[in-house]
Amino acid sequence: MELATLTGLTMAIPLAAAVANPLLRRQNNLRDSLTLLAAIATFATALAILGRTGGEASAPMHALTVMPGLDIAFAIEPLGLMFALIASGLWIVTHIYGVGYMRGNGEKGHARFFAAFSLAIASTMGLAFAANLFTLFLFYELLTLSTFSLVAHKGTAEALKGAKTYLGILMGTSIGLFLVAVVWTYTATGTLDFAPGGILRDRVSASLVPVLLGLYAFGIGKAALMPFHRWLPAAMVAPTPVSALLHAVAVVKAGVFTMLKVGIYIFGTDFLAETGASTWLMWLAAYTIIAASVIAMRQDNLKRRLAYSTVSQLAYITLGMALATSMGVLGGGLHIATHAVGKITLFMAAGSIYVATHRTEISQFDGLGRALPVSFAAFFVGALSIIGLPPLAGSWSKWLLILAAADTGEWVIIGVLMLSSLLNIAYLLSIVGRAFFLPPAEDTPREWSEAGPLVWGPPAFTALLCVVLFFCAGALTDFLAPIAEVAP
Amino acid sequence: MSGQVAGDALAGHAAGVVETATAAERALGLADHLPVLVVLVPFLAAPLVVLLGARRLAWPITFAAAFFSLAAALSLLSGVLGGDAISYHIGGWAPPLGIEYRIDAANAFVMVIVSAIAVAILPYARTSIAAEIPARQHVLFHALFLLALAGLLGVAATGDAFNLFVFLEISSLATYVLVAMGAYRDKRALTTAFNYLLMGTTGATFFVIGIGFLYMSTGTLNMADLAQLIAQQPGNRTIHAGFAFIIVGMGLKVAMYPLHLWLPGAYTYAPSAVSAFLAATATKVAVYVLLRFLFTVFGPQYTFEAAELTWVILPLALLAMFAASFIAIFQVNFKKMLAYSSIAQIGYMLLGIAMLSQTALTGAIVHLFNHAITKATLFMVIGAYVLRAGGAFYRDIEGIGRVMPWTSAAGVIGGLSLIGVPGTAGFVSKWLLVQGALEKGWWWMALLVVASSLLAVVYVWKGIETAYLRAPREDVDRREAPLTMLVPIWIMALSTIWFGLSAEWTVGAAGTAAEALMSGASQLLISGGAGH
Repeated sequence: MELATLTGLTMAIPLAAAVANPLLRRQNNLRDSLTLLAAIATFATALAILGRTGGEASAPMHALTVMPGLDIAFAIEPLGLMFALIASGLWIVTHIYGVGYMRGNGEKGHARFFAAFSLAIASTMGLAFAANLFTLFLFYELLTLSTFSLVAHKGTAEALKGAKTYLGILMGTSIGLFLVAVVWTYTATGTLDFAPGGILRDRVSASLVPVLLGLYAFGIGKAALMPFHRWLPAAMVAPTPVSALLHAVAVVKAGVFTMLKVGIYIFGTDFLAETGASTWLMWLAAYTIIAASVIAMRQDNLKRRLAYSTVSQLAYITLGMALATSMGVLGGGLHIATHAVGKITLFMAAGSIYVATHRTEISQFDGLGRALPVSFAAFFVGALSIIGLPPLAGSWSKWLLILAAADTGEWVIIGVLMLSSLLNIAYLLSIVGRAFFLPPAEDTPREWSEAGPLVWGPPAFTALLCVVLFFCAGALTDFLAPIAEVAP
Repeated sequence: MSGQVAGDALAGHAAGVVETATAAERALGLADHLPVLVVLVPFLAAPLVVLLGARRLAWPITFAAAFFSLAAALSLLSGVLGGDAISYHIGGWAPPLGIEYRIDAANAFVMVIVSAIAVAILPYARTSIAAEIPARQHVLFHALFLLALAGLLGVAATGDAFNLFVFLEISSLATYVLVAMGAYRDKRALTTAFNYLLMGTTGATFFVIGIGFLYMSTGTLNMADLAQLIAQQPGNRTIHAGFAFIIVGMGLKVAMYPLHLWLPGAYTYAPSAVSAFLAATATKVAVYVLLRFLFTVFGPQYTFEAAELTWVILPLALLAMFAASFIAIFQVNFKKMLAYSSIAQIGYMLLGIAMLSQTALTGAIVHLFNHAITKATLFMVIGAYVLRAGGAFYRDIEGIGRVMPWTSAAGVIGGLSLIGVPGTAGFVSKWLLVQGALEKGWWWMALLVVASSLLAVVYVWKGIETAYLRAPREDVDRREAPLTMLVPIWIMALSTIWFGLSAEWTVGAAGTAAEALMSGASQLLISGGAGH
């Protein structure tokens, strides 16, 4: 098949699943199996693209001209392909888990839920393969809208409040700042195509580059840079599969992915390094890393704690871009993958605990480890990966980021990264310790056990992935190397 | 069959025109008379509908006439997209003595908008009107609809200032009655229509006084001629006064904030199909007239340098964008919310005019079109809600998203376009406006434009929250809208997506129109004879 057909299929298959779901409202098993097939087919298509291109950048594939100068076009490049592979691969796992979770919890509106979920994946695919900033912006907004109904899914007052914050911040930043940045870029350069080395050199006066970067950094609200991070904890009212795939992988990674794309292909790392425009962003990212970790420590609700942990971890990737070196960009890119598997493990374990016990607060977890060994073991592995300990995937990206900070001589940043690891240990491992070493509370029934293989299997699988990815990190770094080579 | 009757009558008239025209301008085919036929066909169909008096014939005749106008307008637009203008002399009398119809990209584009909206709304109106207006008034409704349509098209087509006033009054008078027809559902439509009548007449009076002043100083009513003569007397105070009267008069018709007070009531209490038609066309044509006078008659130089109108229109536009959006947030009636949103969106158009650049003006003109289809979608959705839920208040339509999923989904698309989400028509115009602001280096303006669309996020969200996230009321008619409404609604909704993803045509046409307007009066010298 043509490359363009394959690229189109990665969006068309989830889209078809999104259409099929409401049509098969009543046939639960047929509907869920078809969506699973769609997930597998999407992943297979992404793999086929990998096989066809080997990760090499392709020429843009033009789909539609909106206005003269504004095209919807797609292109393959390593970072986007990696993102598409992660999102579609983890979609399979999350879908299986989601079916188990939604049925196990007796949630309503399955068809609507999985339709919106598939639409979100389709948007993610479009975003990953976007060949220019306009296409990326289009799918970025589509992703916000399709996930919005997932956040509001429960329909309770709390869910509505969360959904309002979610939509308000994400739409507000993207229309209020991101759009202005995009139009500014277009007005200054006459193009929005992603080009190695950036397109802004000599087009925007050096004093305005930090301002433009600021419009991007805050405008890309999905990257959850403080102070625009509040939507992420608010989104935790969504059912856990949403938090697992979308708010640990697809949506937030769409944000930092966009950030990296803008840094590498719009500004160009060299240009950023020369103008020093990103120095302030580096400090803001460092601040976000520490501040979000501190807030996470004070959260008793497990999902909220994980959300703040995500805010902190996303700032690592922004930091990688802001360091403006090839190593930093590479570390940021790698962190997209390693944090994805680590955080999805934590979220799915949290959901698994919830399905089995209906407990959400960490203070209620005393002694649950014996009843739910798989869930907590998976949680433990995921936590170690987030902390960045070998032999788990997260250690490599953190290592690369520390190297990048050392390269640029930013010793304080190294300190920040170290401190963040310590804070991670404090707020993640304490949960596991509580579950395994404290005696169960009196109101904990003895007969509690794991919820069922559809629920505990997926987190166990992704925990295993954390280990596997540790040993494959070299291959992944080589794969991503082209995105960093534009820098010296 | 009725279409046949209408066709015969029109053919007879057209033949008359051909004869007189032939005497003066040699042989002309029917196609050469399109500039006048596009107006005359609906204009003559109106008395025909009344004379025939049959309710069954009224709708087919109306639809056929509107459809003819659309075809004619499209054919005219395709003829002038290259940047030329068609000059048509009524009765063969050469301007400036005779009345000239002058078609260029700007007014052909407006005529396409008006007639396309009419064609899209009529099938919908059939069901909607049956529910909202008693059967004995249906013939009258269709006649008035045709008069309003003909008036709006005439305003766009004519190149004669006084003729423009006449058509403006034809359409306005028909509109007052159409709004008053809402009284069968809600008596407040009567006071609203009266209010609209007073304000509209004041506007028209100001306008005609302005024309009078211009005539006093120049002795001509032909707009191209006026443009030349005005340019020759830069310091003439009478012309200044005329300018002020015309701007204020049209400001009322445009509903330029704070001259907008007639609009919310008129849109709220008019029958749903009328709201949809008015919201999509009436103010758009008024904006066109404003454009025509600012750019063609007075010329950009007079308007923006001598009179410094930028600094009058710009604050008013910003005020509209923010104040009206803000008011829209606090409405509890869906129609009223949309009406205030319209005032805000008119602010965008005025902003595009005031920025005085090719890009921004293109944005303003393309927003005429994009906002027309967006608002038509939304008002048609509301009409379907009114049919089933019995009212347009938020409390009437709680949870209606579950009861009427297809109608509501179209409403969501319209709402997204109102915000300007990429992939919808509203995004295209917003993009051009922001780009226009940044090209001028007005970065604060770019931020203000996007900030006001954030207010749109709030009021659209309130609508969506009401329709989707509340429990449906027990006593509503739990059926989807009938197909006769649903199909037009979805044609409109899909067209907002279509023109959001493939805007080359609309932006191209608007760009040509903006170019012609920006070049000002210089291009519009009286060509004399047959202009094409």
